[in-house]
Amino acid sequence: MRLLVSDLTHRYDDLTVLDGIDLTLAEGEILAVIGPSGCGKSTLLGIAGGIVAPTAGSIRVEGEVPDGCLNPITFIFQDFALLPWRTVEDNVALVLEHHPLSSAERRERIDSGLRRMGLWEFRKALPKQLSGGMRQRVGIARALAVRPAMLLLDEPLSALDAQTRELLMDDFLELWRREKTTALYVTHNLDEALRLADRVCVLSRRPGRIRELVIIEEPRERRQEPSAQAHLAEVRDRLWHLMKAEAQMADREIARA
Amino acid sequence: MPDSLNPTTIPTASARGQPVRFRGGGFTVKRHPWAALAAFALLIAVWEGASRLGLASPLFLPPPSAVVRALAGMVTDGSLWLNLKASLGRIAVGWVLGTAGGMLVGFAMGIFSTARAIGVPLVSAFFPIPKIALLPLFILWFGIGEPSKFATIGFGVFFPTVIATYSAIDQVPRNLIRMAQSFGLPWRSILRSIVLPGALPGILAGFRITASIALILVVAAEMIGAEYGIGAFVLMAGNLMQTDTLLAGVLVLSLLGLAIGTVLSQLERRLLNWR
Ligand SMILES: Nc1ncnc2c1ncn2[C@@H]1O[C@H](COP(=O)(O)OP(=O)(O)O)[C@@H](O)[C@H]1O
Ligand SMILES: [Mg+2]
Repeated sequence: MRLLVSDLTHRYDDLTVLDGIDLTLAEGEILAVIGPSGCGKSTLLGIAGGIVAPTAGSIRVEGEVPDGCLNPITFIFQDFALLPWRTVEDNVALVLEHHPLSSAERRERIDSGLRRMGLWEFRKALPKQLSGGMRQRVGIARALAVRPAMLLLDEPLSALDAQTRELLMDDFLELWRREKTTALYVTHNLDEALRLADRVCVLSRRPGRIRELVIIEEPRERRQEPSAQAHLAEVRDRLWHLMKAEAQMADREIARA
Repeated sequence: MPDSLNPTTIPTASARGQPVRFRGGGFTVKRHPWAALAAFALLIAVWEGASRLGLASPLFLPPPSAVVRALAGMVTDGSLWLNLKASLGRIAVGWVLGTAGGMLVGFAMGIFSTARAIGVPLVSAFFPIPKIALLPLFILWFGIGEPSKFATIGFGVFFPTVIATYSAIDQVPRNLIRMAQSFGLPWRSILRSIVLPGALPGILAGFRITASIALILVVAAEMIGAEYGIGAFVLMAGNLMQTDTLLAGVLVLSLLGLAIGTVLSQLERRLLNWR
């Protein structure tokens, strides 16, 4: 599925957070969005996912939805957004409850996601019993259960420690190796963007405008190899300079909200 | 490598330097399981002793042994059960009515902005009225019998329940609701699967408050006009100067409050084990 954003502007009351965003997300592409905090990244994702109504501009999707897809545009959240009173498997089951599925298919969707995320032994556990990494894996299993056509990830690893983040990045790589799910991946971590994305969109400080779209030429699978490092270092350098300038200026502005 | 880091030259721990003084004590809660029991025993012993030594008039402050004897008498002559049954029935009916109504209104106010806009000023206006002041009005409306007592208790329970319920709904994390919406869950499922369980801790905390309100109101209502009930029993004992029986009634009320609290704690442990 493709995402077409054109001339998107968003205001919360008199606070403009996004200004004239034009963006196209190709089928199967993973686009990282980076930018200083408060520049409107989450708002952009919310608009793309239909849970924030944009002030102006349009956001559209096109392309066919894969077989068995129950929720084409699906979120993975920074804070995991798990129901603390439900077990791991019931958290996954939640998003299937309003769909007419045979009980066999329902089980299959729940179990396959749990197995893939290494959660099988923990399926009866409550979220409070899990580590942060495992909680986010529940979030991923829940997203996979609806067979999404597009994933919207809002800083999915920001609440995790560095080692866990590495492990989950591997999980994401594996996921995108198997399913070519289009994804909009918001982060403020350059490593994540460089490991996972095809392109990186750098937003300015608020009101968020697109400062630059940087293409990472090396294919994702080869980015660990020595031959890729020169190019990645160059991209990192470029992104870092863009981000640093924006972050410094954002830092000097008076905080709002 | 600097000489001090060479493993062969590191001196053994006690060889030189000064010990680091521990300064992290206090400001933690330690468990003293026997302290409360001992304090209780001491209080009762002092009270009993004072009575025996004639330091307190048994008419105004009968010793604990006399109170226990009076309580035993209540058990054997059946008056305990008779009065307890009357009070429990009134609490149950009044509390259930007030809670059901309060939760209904509280949910409406928690979910619909219009209901909130109308409800908050009304609740703020009615909540501070000491509900026992309305008993005479309810007696005029419903007669001296049971319904006026139900109404007093129900009314007293209703407003705190409304407030507890809609505040509890405000406490339901909005990110969970947005998550459910982003997966396309219908409104009713969001209410059932997210808002209701998410509001449960706040609602149960409200039960604790309304249970004690019901207990206060049942005693007050029974003192104003009832044949049976712990409140009526205590009042009558006072009128007859039977202080030991009076205190036995008070003891029953205290035990009743304790029992209700225990039941609610069990309920919370069962329903909120996910916290
Ligand atoms: N619901 C809201 N109402 C008012 N202001 C908001 C709301 N959500 C976010 N904002 C403000 O909009 C700005 C952008 O927020 P957000 O999109 O969350 O930024 P980011 O994810 O890039 O950190 C921030 O200044 C934030 O305080
Ligand atoms: Mg954000």
